[in-house]
Amino acid sequence: MSTSHGYYIPHKATWPVMVTAGLFCMLAGFASYLNGSSSGATFMLVGFAIFIIMVAGWFTLQASESESGTYNTQVGISFRMGMMWFIFSEVMFFAVFFGTLWYTRNLSVPWLGGEGTGAATKALLWPDYETAWPTNGPAHLGGKIVDGKTSGEFEPMGAFGLPLLNTLLLLSSGVTCTWAHHGLLAKNRDQLIKGLIATVTLGFLFVLCQATEYHEAYTDMGLTLGSGIYGSTFFMLTGFHGFHVCVGAIILSVVLFRSWKGHFKPENHFAFEAAAWYWHFVDVVWLGLFIFVYIM
Amino acid sequence: MSAVVAEHDEHHEHEHDDHDHGPAKGWLRWIITTNHKDIGTLYLWFALVMFFVGGVMALIIRAELFQPGLSFVEPQFFNSMTTMHALVMIFGGVMPAFVGLANWMIPMMIGAPDMALPRMNNMSFWMLVAGIVLLSSTLFMEGGAPAAGWTMYPPLVLQTGAALPFAIFSVHLLGISSIMGAINIIATIFNMRAPGMTLMRMPMFVWTWVITAFLLIAVMPVFAGAVTMLLTDKFFETSFFDAAGGGDPVLYQHIFWFFGHPEVYILILPTFGLASTIIPVFARKPLFGYSSMVYATAAIAFLSFIVWAHHMFTVGMPLAGELYFMYSTMIIAIPTAVKVFNWTATMWKGAMTFETPMLFSISFVVLFTMGGFTGLMMAIAPSDLQYHDTYFIVAHFHYVLVPSAIFMIMAGGYYWLPKWTGNMYNEKIGQLHFWLSAISVNILFFPQHFLGLAGMPRRIPDYAVQFTDWNMISSIGGFIFGFSQLLFLYIVVDTIRGGTGVKATNEVWDGALQYGGGGTQGLEWTLPSPPPYHTFTEPPVIVPTEYQH
Repeated sequence: MSTSHGYYIPHKATWPVMVTAGLFCMLAGFASYLNGSSSGATFMLVGFAIFIIMVAGWFTLQASESESGTYNTQVGISFRMGMMWFIFSEVMFFAVFFGTLWYTRNLSVPWLGGEGTGAATKALLWPDYETAWPTNGPAHLGGKIVDGKTSGEFEPMGAFGLPLLNTLLLLSSGVTCTWAHHGLLAKNRDQLIKGLIATVTLGFLFVLCQATEYHEAYTDMGLTLGSGIYGSTFFMLTGFHGFHVCVGAIILSVVLFRSWKGHFKPENHFAFEAAAWYWHFVDVVWLGLFIFVYIM
Repeated sequence: MSAVVAEHDEHHEHEHDDHDHGPAKGWLRWIITTNHKDIGTLYLWFALVMFFVGGVMALIIRAELFQPGLSFVEPQFFNSMTTMHALVMIFGGVMPAFVGLANWMIPMMIGAPDMALPRMNNMSFWMLVAGIVLLSSTLFMEGGAPAAGWTMYPPLVLQTGAALPFAIFSVHLLGISSIMGAINIIATIFNMRAPGMTLMRMPMFVWTWVITAFLLIAVMPVFAGAVTMLLTDKFFETSFFDAAGGGDPVLYQHIFWFFGHPEVYILILPTFGLASTIIPVFARKPLFGYSSMVYATAAIAFLSFIVWAHHMFTVGMPLAGELYFMYSTMIIAIPTAVKVFNWTATMWKGAMTFETPMLFSISFVVLFTMGGFTGLMMAIAPSDLQYHDTYFIVAHFHYVLVPSAIFMIMAGGYYWLPKWTGNMYNEKIGQLHFWLSAISVNILFFPQHFLGLAGMPRRIPDYAVQFTDWNMISSIGGFIFGFSQLLFLYIVVDTIRGGTGVKATNEVWDGALQYGGGGTQGLEWTLPSPPPYHTFTEPPVIVPTEYQH
């Protein structure tokens, strides 16, 4: 339905409830899998497949509605507000893990080592533990495998190998993304497509580098999720970020595909803008990671 | 003015109803609807059902505590009941009830055709259902439902059986649902207001909801992050909350309450909004201090982010932390007092009548104030060492949730039922429901103050014999309160099926049109009762109050 002043109100949506069903099936399956159920993984994958297909269907519908000129400026503003506040919620999600890193590094690990009010803590729990960062805790959890057992020894991840390269990759992908946007605004389709190809390529290269880094951490450095609080915060922060890079790159690939098909006009390209905002958000989070996880 | 708007709107509707703009046929209507009124109805029914499910859990708790000793249930199951009662009431009852009211009323209050993102609106509701189904399924699992309290503190919660990952994923789904709902409300309020509906003319219910929506977007991801770390600690070898690996279980409490304290204001701010909407109508006076209400709401929301550790005064924080959280918490009393003062001043010398919505609202002002004062007592860190984890806490937060949030949801229900259904409800039974509820809720919770001060801990199935008398009285009050709520169910069903037979007018309540808005008319009262499936497809022209006479 379109109201008399043109606000588009869709009717009878079947995609949202199907997306929900897919997500429900996926999470219920994952939970069963974690509990050791043999069918859990199957449910999870089926749910994931349903989820992906339904999201694809929903977005295809949105794209065709957008291209056919169904949405007016006011609808566009609603979409932009939606995306903006969604990104804000993501910021808060990452804030939890950054906060965790800050709290453990600056408060709880020093307390374990007897600083501040932690004198009794140290004396009663682990009198031998000295405050340090990176640390895998007083029990020296995880670490390199020696004779089939964990040794408690691990190497922290340095900042100036792959991580620095990744910083460059992601920062330049932000530039190419903006270049593509300029192309779109100038009705230069060639520049739009080239810019997007560059952005997506840089994004996937980033993921590849990170996979290499993880592989190295697990096989050579004894750095795993189980390596105490350093391993936990390292993999949780970089892992969730990497996941967001993947999602962002997939979104940008869809935008690229749509650009190929001739979608988007200088005055109507919400999907491009949303993808670009998301990409820049992922970029900024990485800078935070590079500084607080890798360098400091 | 108003009548013209309404007629015009209706006329417009009829023109368009010939095409596919009505609801879908049959039960499918409720599955695939994108209509804000349909979705509001779904939310409200869902909340009502969950209110009774959570209520049965509460009655199991009160039955067990009627006398000392283990009488009815196993201690493990008792703990599951305290945990699930809280989760069901908060995430299944109160929050969905407010989202339901927001869906129904906000577009009509600001003169919008619908919510800004109707498809996502549908998805928020079904995500809520999915989350609650996932949570409820744990009741039937090996090891039982989660029993470590709704706060899910590690390391205790990590001993949960098969239920743990299900509970965690249910929190994720509920979080997604709430965030999507909140984004939708923000986009609606900022983008869909009719011309002339400036921010400072919005009804207070709209104001409190937009602020609540910001709180939701800011803190639901925080809760999701916290439970994700529980999941990885349990299943993926991380040590966020394990001191042996350099983590800290107290960190969980900090993160949880960074979510948890704004969360309790998510439950209370829309409550304030309802009171500020209803009290002026039945006092036949404009809301006293409208702008101060807006600023007080914003101030409370801001403060909610910087007071969290008052929930954990006994955990062993540095003294500076205790002091900071004590003082910052006490500051909240100031904007809250502004609100209570304004409600009272609104009633002062008003031509008051006492229909059911007003009765619930007045008892809200009184009983909420009491719950607020016990909150101040607990904010004093040295005193809180005595109150912490006792029934005093239970009494406090039930006073600010049951005779406050729940009472105002009921008041909102009575206030708008005639608008929603077109029928008047049975005022006699409504008043009976009110008096039974208002008296029994005090029999139920007031003695818990004494129990707490005398040292009875919370979350235990058995207790020392000296606590028997007050527990018996509390349980009796609990059962009277619980069964009284069936009257509300009866009234809702009865009103939908015709009620007293008296058809509701557009305005329903004398004075609703004039005083039921903020700085303008109460727009929902310009519409027919019940309003057509689509309203304000043509935005109404807003005339500010100062130009109306």
